Amino acid sequence: MTQGGDGRALETGTRTFARSRRGRGEELMVPPAEFRSYYGRPVLKPPVWEWKIAAYLFTGGLSAGSAVLGAGAELTGRPALRRAGWLSALASLLASTYFLVSDLGRPERFHHMLRVAKPTSPMSVGTWVLTAYAPGVGIAAMRELVPTRWRTTLPGRLVRRAARPAGLAAAALAPAVASYPAVLLSQTAAPAWHEARRELPFLFTGSAAATAGGLAMVLAPRGEAGPARGLAVYGAIQELVASRVLEERLDLVAQAYRTGKAHQLRHASELLTAGGLAGTLLGAGRSRTVAVASGAALLAGGALQRFGVFEAGVASTKDPRYVIEPQRARMAQRDAGSGSAAG
Amino acid sequence: MSTDHEPGRHRLYGRLDDPAADAGHVEHPPRVGFFTDTSVCIGCKACEVACKEWNLVPDDGMNLLGMSLDNSGMLGANTWRHVAFIEREAPLGGQVSGVEGMPTGASGVAHMEATVAAGLRDTERGGGELGTTTVDLGMPSLSLPGAATGAESRTDFSWLMMSDVCKHCTHAACLDVCPTGALFRTEFGTVVVQQDICNGCGYCVSGCPFGVIDRRPQDGRANKCTLCYDRLQDGLEPACAKACPTESIQFGPLDELRERAAARVEQLHERGVPEARLYGEDPDDGIGGSAAFFLLLDEPEVYGLPPDPIVASRDLVDMWRHAGAACAAFVTAAVAVFVAAGRR
Ligand code: SF4
Ligand code: SF4
Repeated sequence: MTQGGDGRALETGTRTFARSRRGRGEELMVPPAEFRSYYGRPVLKPPVWEWKIAAYLFTGGLSAGSAVLGAGAELTGRPALRRAGWLSALASLLASTYFLVSDLGRPERFHHMLRVAKPTSPMSVGTWVLTAYAPGVGIAAMRELVPTRWRTTLPGRLVRRAARPAGLAAAALAPAVASYPAVLLSQTAAPAWHEARRELPFLFTGSAAATAGGLAMVLAPRGEAGPARGLAVYGAIQELVASRVLEERLDLVAQAYRTGKAHQLRHASELLTAGGLAGTLLGAGRSRTVAVASGAALLAGGALQRFGVFEAGVASTKDPRYVIEPQRARMAQRDAGSGSAAG
Repeated sequence: MSTDHEPGRHRLYGRLDDPAADAGHVEHPPRVGFFTDTSVCIGCKACEVACKEWNLVPDDGMNLLGMSLDNSGMLGANTWRHVAFIEREAPLGGQVSGVEGMPTGASGVAHMEATVAAGLRDTERGGGELGTTTVDLGMPSLSLPGAATGAESRTDFSWLMMSDVCKHCTHAACLDVCPTGALFRTEFGTVVVQQDICNGCGYCVSGCPFGVIDRRPQDGRANKCTLCYDRLQDGLEPACAKACPTESIQFGPLDELRERAAARVEQLHERGVPEARLYGEDPDDGIGGSAAFFLLLDEPEVYGLPPDPIVASRDLVDMWRHAGAACAAFVTAAVAVFVAAGRR
């Protein structure tokens, strides 16, 4: 309707559709587009997902990164890092599963996800990836939990024998565990998630590496944590860069990331991740205190980043502008394209 | 599916003439749908009521929303037909509002809209809970008609009404993303949720580009229009179409409806209603065309519809390709840090 009846909410953008059209020098056959909507009501249904889904994104990535550290430590003879890696991988996997199941409308029907395998549904793909990933993590972590006096018993020996191949199999799936949630969010109508489909996988795997590296820096002794610091540095840099690229590339929809609660969360996240990165590079190899502080900052930064991305997606479904204006711009571009092609 | 990552035509996007066959129904009845001609809608809401009664859809609150005579607000888990009311300070082709001769002042439309929009912003889901649960927006206060003085403040007037419904998309985003297989394509080409399978994951809610499907708080499952699947199987027309007294809602085989709709637009144009246009009938649009399409008298967004919806699955290959690249970077980094650190 006229003005969408909502001057305040509509001013959040850097440009309006009307201005962007004029900018391209098109003739205005129709009166300059005022933003119009149905009483300012959303066009889309804002997600029914709660904060638990953001927590699930965070813990899932943490588990994947930790599994990679556990497997690498196994192969390179770092028992303390191995222990930290697999125990973190299991704990965060359990947390992740809890968040995912309890956010369902019918948690007792969780297993209905396993009645089909649907390549068109990233949630189905992800469920199967997790189903394949979980046993390996479980067995590898179990080895770390077997008390010393049971090591020589038959079950103890079996677990120790199976731990290595099982752990390596899980680690092979870890990259998929870390990245599929990005596709899951992107394959929605939420403009801030769908439009960010090229950056979110890098943001999420970066964040998985940074947080897992951070947690291992907190848990493992400095002498063994070298690879954890390396992974953390890689992850933190990728997380920070992907976050920036996303804001630059997204045009109007970037406002969903740059304003409101999403902005606050992501701003805090960037400060923490940058701080954790600096600490890791400068002092975490020499001082345990710095290692712990940097690790904690990376963990917090990664968590806030996931919550920020989640919030941005939700915000972009609540304000109809994020849906209507980019679609209008797309239509105008198409009209201009076909117009010039015809004449 | 084509491996072309550019949004081109593949099984999840572009023209698809027979979605039922695509879903594996070998011999099937013709694809059916609704042609909702809003130019004859009188806003009686018989469709809303008939739908609720036939499908036993629970109450979603008897609300005064301040959205003109709309009191359901939006499609949702508990509103499978929604009648939208738009009061415009503009004339409609072929109509005389009669306001010139009246002692009316400026209308309250702008004020009403501002009040409603502000109220919606404060709700938990930004107004998206409309059609599913009760939303309290308070009552907008309006000045009396004629309270403002002078003929110069008079505004013209027209009223648009439209009965909205699930589009039963050719490429249905809700169906693509559903991880349990609860959503399925029927032999009629329609899209239906199997209530005994849905586990309420909520993915379809965020998938739908029209904001149609929602999770019902009462039972935790996704709900939307079934195009009266049970009635279709018995050879009956859907309850809403049956109840509509003006034939604004027309049910039938999609091919036939598309022909009828094209003729109706032409007729309206001839009769001096240049605003008449079709929405959702184009099989080449971003969702492959919808089985429920509309004749509108203003831009789609005025009715709360997205002007150019696309199914997110269009970019499925592109998304996984980027996820693959991110995985490759992740693996390379992990191998590199361990190689650099060496064995101990
Ligand atoms: S995507 Fe939305 S409009 Fe299309 S069939 Fe599904 S619920 Fe209906
Ligand atoms: S909420 Fe139900 S119908 Fe919707 S995607 Fe999940 S399982 Fe499928």
